[in-house]
Amino acid sequence: MITSAYIHIPFCHKICHYCDFTKFFYNPELADQYLDALENEIVTAVGTEKRKMKTIFVGGGTPTALSHDQLERLLKMIAKSFDVEGPLEYTFEANPGEFDEKKLALLKEYGVNRISFGVQVFDDELLEKLGRNHRVKDVYDSLRLFEKQQFENVSVDLMYGLPGQTYDQFKKTIDEALALDLPHYSSYSLQIEPKTIFYLRHKKGKLHKPVEEEEARMYELLMSEMNQKGVYQYEISNFAKPGFESKHNLTYWNNDYYYGFGAGAHGYLPGERTVNIKPLNQYTKKGKETGLPRLHVEPVHYKEEMEEQMFLGLRKTSGVSMSEFENRFGRSIHSLYSSELDYLKRKNWITESQDHVALTTQGRLFGNEVFAQFLIEDEKLQ
Amino acid sequence: MSSDKIKQENVRNFSIIAHIDHGKSTLADRILEKTKALTQREMKEQFLDAMDLERERGITIKLNAVQLRYSSPNKGEDYLFHLIDTPGHVDFTYEVSRSLAACEGVILVVDAAQGIEAQTLANLYLALDNDLEIIPVINKVDLPAADPERVTKELEDLLGVTKDEVILASAKAGKGIEEILEAIVERIPSPIGEPEDPLKALIFDSLYDPYRGVIASIAVKEGSVKVGQKIRMMQTGKEFEVNEIGVFNPKPTPKNELTVGDVGYLTASIKNVSDSRVGDTITRVDNPAPEPLPGYKRLNPMVFCGLFPVDANNYNDLREALERLELNDSSLQYEAETSQALGFGFRCGFLGLLHMEIIQERIEREFNIQLITTAPSVIYEVELADGETVTVDNPSLMPDPQSISEVREPFVNATVMVPNDYVGSVMEICQKKRGSFVDMQYLDDNRVNITYDIPLSEIVYDFFDQLKSQTKGYASFDYDLAGYRASNLVKMDIWLNGDTIDALSFIVHRDFAFDRGKAITSKLVELIPRQQFEVPVQAAIGNKIVARSTIKAMRKNVLAKCYGGDISRKRKLLEKQKEGKKRMKMVGSVEVPQEAFMAVLEMDSDD
Repeated sequence: MITSAYIHIPFCHKICHYCDFTKFFYNPELADQYLDALENEIVTAVGTEKRKMKTIFVGGGTPTALSHDQLERLLKMIAKSFDVEGPLEYTFEANPGEFDEKKLALLKEYGVNRISFGVQVFDDELLEKLGRNHRVKDVYDSLRLFEKQQFENVSVDLMYGLPGQTYDQFKKTIDEALALDLPHYSSYSLQIEPKTIFYLRHKKGKLHKPVEEEEARMYELLMSEMNQKGVYQYEISNFAKPGFESKHNLTYWNNDYYYGFGAGAHGYLPGERTVNIKPLNQYTKKGKETGLPRLHVEPVHYKEEMEEQMFLGLRKTSGVSMSEFENRFGRSIHSLYSSELDYLKRKNWITESQDHVALTTQGRLFGNEVFAQFLIEDEKLQ
Repeated sequence: MSSDKIKQENVRNFSIIAHIDHGKSTLADRILEKTKALTQREMKEQFLDAMDLERERGITIKLNAVQLRYSSPNKGEDYLFHLIDTPGHVDFTYEVSRSLAACEGVILVVDAAQGIEAQTLANLYLALDNDLEIIPVINKVDLPAADPERVTKELEDLLGVTKDEVILASAKAGKGIEEILEAIVERIPSPIGEPEDPLKALIFDSLYDPYRGVIASIAVKEGSVKVGQKIRMMQTGKEFEVNEIGVFNPKPTPKNELTVGDVGYLTASIKNVSDSRVGDTITRVDNPAPEPLPGYKRLNPMVFCGLFPVDANNYNDLREALERLELNDSSLQYEAETSQALGFGFRCGFLGLLHMEIIQERIEREFNIQLITTAPSVIYEVELADGETVTVDNPSLMPDPQSISEVREPFVNATVMVPNDYVGSVMEICQKKRGSFVDMQYLDDNRVNITYDIPLSEIVYDFFDQLKSQTKGYASFDYDLAGYRASNLVKMDIWLNGDTIDALSFIVHRDFAFDRGKAITSKLVELIPRQQFEVPVQAAIGNKIVARSTIKAMRKNVLAKCYGGDISRKRKLLEKQKEGKKRMKMVGSVEVPQEAFMAVLEMDSDD
């Protein structure tokens, strides 16, 4: 049973220098056609009957870049296919200053109950350098609107490891963010990805990220500040007050299934990971014609599924449940990974409790080193 | 004459010599076309370069000889041509000289824009050594940058030929080809030699074939040879019975007999190319020639390096690969070597750097073995305090400094030909490479021939690359060995995390030791990824540290980014990380990537 969906809205009014998601400059006609294709894709996947869901996440791009009417059309099509009443986590991404009260009221009306808010840093100079469309003042204006429309479950995104960003600057951003007393924070380190402005500058040697030591200190600061304020780390990059952990993101880490709708969206269906076509016109054309605008589908076999259960699950503070693993795969973690577990325990990168294997604080800094251990050599399963 | 009744007077044996890229292969193709040796369908571009690697690198490694029939319109007679191909690189000078020894004439191809280059000159001298008739051809005259008048002047000055003897051609456009063919008929003498004399056949190439054994390319200088006869290699004394003889036209075509003037091939169940060495003379056992043809040399490797499998399990595969390559390459040498850092491998000897690169590439490509190569070294002569002299081809085996009374290293006489404007840069590079000035000659108003004596070890490093980059590619370069000289040399060791890494040791002149030490430690810090602990990198002479740098400990390696449910991407990242680790070698407690072992070579590239 698939009870989660990610829906991608690839339009923006301004494109950030670091962003490598599928995104295009907003254009009203293209957006109309895009929504036609998206609707067809959703209906083709779920059928005409309303589906009970646990989480829906509408991301981008900038979903609120759509016009008021387009936004309403999107919300309606979601409500038509999915049951948006009841105990559902229904998240919209929103960027500071990029929506008005009317759009927000619309979201409220159609059952959206969580906002993922793209703040990034509390520093106008850095925002400018990132190519962001907003300034710090917009953050506070938008927060007033959330309050007015009674959106309490708001999550703030913060970035670190940025070119020109110092430890002290990041500390100021964390402090200012925590002062808002919101229930959820995500904080990501900048990755320089191909096909971005930053990548171009990086290749020319004109982009200087903080050195690894500095970035590690920023990450350590983030973890300690959050935990001190009672906002607990439940995943490598995610922090929440108890009960406010993002159910949608946990879908990924728990290795559960989810639909991925929209241009360039990724989904996970039983036995396969799906990727949609990225170019707008091609997605729109294929989506309208067939309702199945796939770029490609990668099979996930038994081996990969086990590997993913480990390297996704270990991202969570709670780690991987050994009994769940055994129920799902019919074999124990220990039978499969005994030497890896021993090695990682010796390194003090993982610990084992009653039923869970989890990263240690130290292990969290070297997550990739840990995760790579759980990729299985082909010979091992034969 | 066995070859279809063409008289010995109508046989022409010749070669084409040219600098790389001056159009030798294209000209050969045009000649093949014109003589109808190939049908259009068979006409692959550049037929003579058979090996993939040669094709990719645009160089000719193995020689070939093709028999062609040519009906001369001027003479109204048929002629038999043997076109003998020569390799075009300084590492293979000896092979060039032997294939030229099979000829009576050469076509000297010079680029109409570039003019004469050092390598062309080197080959030209070989041709003169063999007393060959030279037909000068200026190629690519149709290119915009062509300056045939200037190049003609160069040729006139150099060869003492008249303007009329120089042929202007464009092999690509097919221009001048008839003229060249007629010049071959007119100017190149036919082979002399008596069919009734005892057999003397020159081996000018030797190629191993897994089904037939060695295929020797031969030019019959005296006498004749038939299938079934017993033959003797005059230098090695080995005897064989001839299985097959024939010519390439250009496909191998068996014949009953080869006689004076014929150029073709011979097989005799010879198992190893070292029994059929280039330059050796074949004679008949029943009627042997009193002495061999002149000019035989046993080639000795000049450049050495260690080859180690990345995966220790591939050691035996690597041995097999070297055995197979050796069958076909009598100048390749190897012996087992053990390195503390790299485990079991082989110390291999090569004619030069290009030869070394080709062998490495063939092992990786044809035998699919991942290699770690140590930086190349030359052979040092070390005189010990007790008067004994030892040779050292592996820096890590250099004796203890206290026991050494003198270290001698091989020098070369290097000739660099360069336009006037770059004389300064060339001299600067030569000085930096410890060269001592010998001579400078103006070839014409613009071109200068500069001669330096330089240690071979400096040439082996990045001399040629630097030369090319400092002269915008205009310099051309050639060298001859010039014997051993005493130098103030020391062994520099590299310590990683306190352990000496034998595979990284190198020999350096004492005056440069400090700078090299500094350069290599910082290069290694760049090349070796952060480990889970801090790793000091030190350069030491004996126990004295001359430079130090540090690879910092890894502090953070975790993907803290949300990829919107794109799990495949996370997976790929982890797989890449894991794959990268596999390609590294665990040295003591440090994971070292392949490139680091060549770091010594790259030290100067950044300054």
